[in-house]
Amino acid sequence: MADRTGMVEKRGAGLWLTHLGLIIGLLFIFFPIWLAFVASTVSQPEIVQPPMPLLPGDQFFENYRKALVSGINAPVAWMMLNSLFMALGIAIGKIIISLLSAFAIVYFRFPGRKTFFWLIFLTLMLPVEVRIVPTYEVVANFGMLNSYSGLIFPLIASATATFLFRQFFMTVPDELAEAARVDGARPMRFFWDILLPMSRTNIAALFVILFIYGWNQYLWPLLITTDPSMNTIVMGIKQMFPSGDDIADWPVIMATSILAMIPPVIVVVGMQRLFIRGLVDSEK
Amino acid sequence: MATVSLEAIRKSFGSTDVIHGVDIDIEDGEFIVIVGPSGCGKSTLLRMVAGLETVTSGEVCIGGNRVNDLEPMDRDIAMVFQNYALYPHMTVFDNMAYGLKIAGTAKDEIVERVDSAARLLQLEDYLKRRPRELSGGQRQRVAMGRAIVRKPSVFLFDEPLSNLDAKLRVQMRLEIKQLQRRLGVTSLYVTHDQVEAMTLADRMIVMNGGIADQIGAPLEVYANPATEFVAGFIGSPPTNFLKAQSAEVTIPGAVTLGIRPEHLLLTSEPSPVAGTVLYSEALGAETLVHLRLPDASLVTVRQGATEPLPAEGTSAGLTWDASEQMLFDAEGRRCDQPAA
Amino acid sequence: MEKRVTFKGLWLPLLLVLPQIVITAVFFFYPAGQAIWQSLFIPDPFGLSMQYVGLGNFEYLLGNSYYRASFVTTAVFSILVTVVSMGIALYLAVLADRLIKGSGVYRTLLIWPYAVAPAVAGVLWLFMFNTRVGVVTWYLGVLGYDWNHVLNGGEAMGLVVVASAWGRISYNFLFFLAGLQSIPKSVIEAAAIDGAHFWTRFRTIVFPLLSPTTFFLLVVNIVYAFFETFGVIHTITSGGPQQSTTILVYKVFSDGFVGQDLGSSAAQSVILLVIVGLLTIVQFKYIERRVHY
Repeated sequence: MADRTGMVEKRGAGLWLTHLGLIIGLLFIFFPIWLAFVASTVSQPEIVQPPMPLLPGDQFFENYRKALVSGINAPVAWMMLNSLFMALGIAIGKIIISLLSAFAIVYFRFPGRKTFFWLIFLTLMLPVEVRIVPTYEVVANFGMLNSYSGLIFPLIASATATFLFRQFFMTVPDELAEAARVDGARPMRFFWDILLPMSRTNIAALFVILFIYGWNQYLWPLLITTDPSMNTIVMGIKQMFPSGDDIADWPVIMATSILAMIPPVIVVVGMQRLFIRGLVDSEK
Repeated sequence: MATVSLEAIRKSFGSTDVIHGVDIDIEDGEFIVIVGPSGCGKSTLLRMVAGLETVTSGEVCIGGNRVNDLEPMDRDIAMVFQNYALYPHMTVFDNMAYGLKIAGTAKDEIVERVDSAARLLQLEDYLKRRPRELSGGQRQRVAMGRAIVRKPSVFLFDEPLSNLDAKLRVQMRLEIKQLQRRLGVTSLYVTHDQVEAMTLADRMIVMNGGIADQIGAPLEVYANPATEFVAGFIGSPPTNFLKAQSAEVTIPGAVTLGIRPEHLLLTSEPSPVAGTVLYSEALGAETLVHLRLPDASLVTVRQGATEPLPAEGTSAGLTWDASEQMLFDAEGRRCDQPAA
Repeated sequence: MEKRVTFKGLWLPLLLVLPQIVITAVFFFYPAGQAIWQSLFIPDPFGLSMQYVGLGNFEYLLGNSYYRASFVTTAVFSILVTVVSMGIALYLAVLADRLIKGSGVYRTLLIWPYAVAPAVAGVLWLFMFNTRVGVVTWYLGVLGYDWNHVLNGGEAMGLVVVASAWGRISYNFLFFLAGLQSIPKSVIEAAAIDGAHFWTRFRTIVFPLLSPTTFFLLVVNIVYAFFETFGVIHTITSGGPQQSTTILVYKVFSDGFVGQDLGSSAAQSVILLVIVGLLTIVQFKYIERRVHY
């Protein structure tokens, strides 16, 4: 975008107004995060005596140590680990099954292929929220409550990724598969040696999106993890609020909120290019 | 090295027939070019030999063995694709070695074979690069190298030069020819470019609408086209076609008379045919004179550069040696003498 | 669209699709079918047997004033979330698009909220507006405004809308920025030569050219507001006060899991299913058309 110059570009005062407008936007975006960070570094009395300070205090290590090691119902470190397993399970699991089935529907003709394609199409936009009660029963019948498989499987039961990989495979030139056939590659060899390496960027982009999707799940873990040791961090925050009129332990809760944000923020910002490409490509 | 023979090959996609029965016997080491306009079925024919398309009916034999039901890898062939079909994530070396790796060739033999192919194709300095870091001509060489290292009995080329610019095309054409001569491998080469066909082929197959109109050595096909289509397709500028009766030809059944531009002479006599000079193109070594006949058809005369140029707008007569003319019936078949 | 080349085989492709088929059948189609089936029954008071009631559950729901109110709440909520987040995102994207240098820095910062879970966003905003300790509440009090979203339904709605829209700004911003950057500079410069000022250019050229992106985002944001905001609502208001922030998804949850009214909850799921289906069709019809441009 370096060459996007010309008369339309604002200069002087206009340029500063543009920056000012963006900075106001940034303030709106970051104020809640900043406040949470400040709250995670001060002591409880400083918060319950409003107004709370707007600059960080000296309780940073104390609050985060308390959150990570003991938490309120379960150590936050443990909840983060649960979230990590869940997010990785969803991202990796979904990528694997989608790659395989997209390969099958693009590169083979088999009975039921059309039907299969329409079935996965049906699942495209139906979020888990719509079918929670019966899904809960299924998971309960399988004895998968309070388990990682219970957290993961229902959330990979949709075909968005299959659809995406199918789109990508369609753009791979036919000649590559033919060349591989002439070279003597059997289907799985072609998949492994040619198709998979060529899909690297798509896989990485999808991984970012799915990781965040998995990490940020709320309703589903809330329903099926009754055991605090299986709580994920995003749902665990709400569990930290006391019932009734007791005062919440705000510094620990806010430290937990910051901790819940850190892994997905690192993934999104660190893999920004891939993520934006994946997002804009996959949704369009 | 092997012979290839096609016997009554037919191909249909659903209810559409694209190849209507093609027969040819290709000798060991022969360079055969299949030429024709787009949609004539030439690529389909090649892909059936490769095993990338199934054969609807007929037999494909390589080295005397029926291969209709064999996978491409079991047919002892190698193929060069139009867009090269190089694996984008592999280095040049890996691209060339891939088929050998799958076949379980020993590692040092792979290295040796790839190295010698690379030497042959002047690719030694590029073995570590990926396809996107190469020029069009280099990619083309890699695609050839991939075919060579496997030491197949038959090379199949599917319009391998059509993605190159004109200058490179001429150069690569020469290289392919020399390479095939040196290796002596039976080759089938598909192109829509009649110059490529003329220069490369030991024998060429001119395809038209799913039928092999003519099979023969290039000069033979040029001098003695079997059909009106072949006469028009092979040669540049193309053969002139006149209505037989306006050219005072009275052989029964002859509808069209074909005459190549170099066989026409301009005269001052308006006989047997006269026309109006539209314009002349002086190309240096030769001059093309374009005329319009009374029935509005256009005719091109090719003459030496030193011969006098007729003025534009003047009328001129056309004459030719009757032994050079080609007569075609209503179906476009030769009817003066059977094509050899 | 079909591939010319395919591999032969019957068992291999079936084996390849098997994992997806099994998981989708067990965790998607079976539950979705169950939802439809259960929506036709009501459990007896002891939960021991189910009684077939046909479309009774639906009739009951449509006649139920709470459910109808939830529909209205959902509509208001979705429209507000969509308008607020798309408005702010468009404003920021237009500004960022005007920059030659530095727009990358803003982009890096503006995508943060995408990574923040709706439930965490809910907690952040709840903290700011908490009736006892919230900073914003306190400063509003200084200004003489008594904020209390726990009692005031309008304030509760405002808070969940802002928290939901906040989390969605990044997504919309990225799409608007991509859309803006794909508009040929020459078109805008031609308008500038014609004497059109910024606002005129935006109104007559940029915005119309951006309409495919805008339409796409409208649909996607409505779907987001319908389903993915559960976390925000659950953390901030739990649907209250007096159900003033109970959107349809929240009601499926509260009737099904809190109220244990399975038939009604299933019927609600089916209604949601139909709504999503319609939105999906709209989106795909539209995208299909755009592909043909």
